[in-house]
Amino acid sequence: MKVAIASGKGGTGKTTVAVNLALSLGGVHLLDCDVEEPNCNLFLGLELEKLEYVTCQVPEIDPEKCTLCGKCADFCRYNALAALPSRVLVFPALCHGCGGCGLVCTEGAVREKPGILGILESARSDSSLEFSRGVLNVGEAAATPLIRALQRHIDNSRPAIIDSPPGVACPVLAVIGAADYCVLVTESTPFGFHDFRLALEAVKALKVPFGVVLNRDGLGDSRVEEFCGAKGIPILLRIPDDRRIAQLYSEGIPFVEEMPEWKEKFAGMFSAIRAIMESGEGTE
Amino acid sequence: MKQLAVISGKGGCGKTTLTAAFASLAKDAVLADCDVDAADLPLVLTPGVLEKEDSSGLELASIDPERCTGCGRCLEACRFGAVLENFTINPYSCEGCAVCTVACPENAVSMAPRVSGQAVSSITRFGPMAHGELGIGEEASGKLVTLVRKKARDLAETYAKELVIIDGPPGTGCPVMAAITGADLVLLLTEPTVSGLYDLKRAVELTQHFRIPAAACINRSDLNEKKSREIELFCEEAGVPVLAKLPYADVPTRAMLREETVIEYASLVGDKDVVEFANLIRELWTRLETRLSEISWSKGSPKALEIKKF
Repeated sequence: MKVAIASGKGGTGKTTVAVNLALSLGGVHLLDCDVEEPNCNLFLGLELEKLEYVTCQVPEIDPEKCTLCGKCADFCRYNALAALPSRVLVFPALCHGCGGCGLVCTEGAVREKPGILGILESARSDSSLEFSRGVLNVGEAAATPLIRALQRHIDNSRPAIIDSPPGVACPVLAVIGAADYCVLVTESTPFGFHDFRLALEAVKALKVPFGVVLNRDGLGDSRVEEFCGAKGIPILLRIPDDRRIAQLYSEGIPFVEEMPEWKEKFAGMFSAIRAIMESGEGTE
Repeated sequence: MKQLAVISGKGGCGKTTLTAAFASLAKDAVLADCDVDAADLPLVLTPGVLEKEDSSGLELASIDPERCTGCGRCLEACRFGAVLENFTINPYSCEGCAVCTVACPENAVSMAPRVSGQAVSSITRFGPMAHGELGIGEEASGKLVTLVRKKARDLAETYAKELVIIDGPPGTGCPVMAAITGADLVLLLTEPTVSGLYDLKRAVELTQHFRIPAAACINRSDLNEKKSREIELFCEEAGVPVLAKLPYADVPTRAMLREETVIEYASLVGDKDVVEFANLIRELWTRLETRLSEISWSKGSPKALEIKKF
């Protein structure tokens, strides 16, 4: 079973929920798919080793063969090629690696070479927790290919907990769309609620069953609770607005380690998700 | 016209809270909410909409079943796995590259435009604003960010404003790059947590990559004094001045619940903690204004040198 931890708004506690849930359960595979800001291991401190570099096939123009016809630049939808009077320029950071330039070139002047988008890493096999993550190179635009590559490393023999990027754009859908269940983390503030409803539309569009974790409970008002009550959306867990939890977070300490009574609550939440999945409910 | 972008790497550091407060302090500014995935500035500034413009994202392929012979060449050529076994297109996977149109010997594939979202121009109680509304699951949010910034610049011209304040998206990817390219100054907002510092480092790398001057503000600085000093040390080494340290407080949430900026809230309630918080933001804003004026001066000077050559 694959459980994605998502939220519309950034900074609502996705990483906190993902890390503490994984530590409370044990025997799961934790994946950090927030490749722009992969923060899970800051709280785990595991020794990581390289799984693979994720590359994108970037064109290279052979000036000997190129007749400067400009077909490649005309074809490219990403403006990654520019045909100048004397040569063709390539902008690798804009390239999506579709291979179209090579297909339309009649002179065989386009070669492809791998450009590195980022790296996939995993915890060493003797670690206490099975963990993998992707890290997007700074200056690279495309998070989705890295996320898809990381998903190919999911260990299907055990439950997977997947930390998603924030927002509702393409990379988020790549994560939620591949999950069996989605946990939406939110806080009951106007910003939190607004972004939560956007995320809700995304999970509904993907038809993935979902539930809510209310973080910083006590802060703000009761709008999320009232909304969930009216729509029949389960609130799986409430994490209080507690300065001690915030302090542990700031130190990089997963709070279940210092407040072990929470392990049971996280484990209980996971059992609830299992029960929902088995009964086939959960979608609105 | 100058452009100030507020970004943070990590989400939830208070970008929108600060941008909204700046809105009530700036005399002559246009606001641009570039977090097009989840635009929250309109929730505080309650804009009156002037116009909306569709942002076309990447195109979407479609296969004509009448012409398709099922030869499978499009499926082979597509590197994004967007052509399904039954020769239909998965819109979430299609990146609009149009390779399938070239691969198809029957001319059965065509590309159709798709609207990825809208850029909205509006008027708020603090002046003009532009923001984006991205369709759920759409890609090319960088394109929408660029359109939102264009709208903001248009508004600045129409209303003779000298400054655009950009509320940036979280992360370091495509939309963030689109939000900061060409900006005169980036304000990096951070918090004294392990992830706050890690994400700040990536954001600093990004501003250096684009050669944009940056300054920092530490929010919730008293949550962890040790981490806070660590951040200050890092900023010193990176040549990024720390312009303000804000305390860990629920003032922003209380203001947000009333749909007010922290500055408005302070002038209405007058509680000591609220007024102090607001005054710290006032000081930060004054420092930013000074920096913006200095930057435009130094930016102008190399141009002046070039002219001398001729």
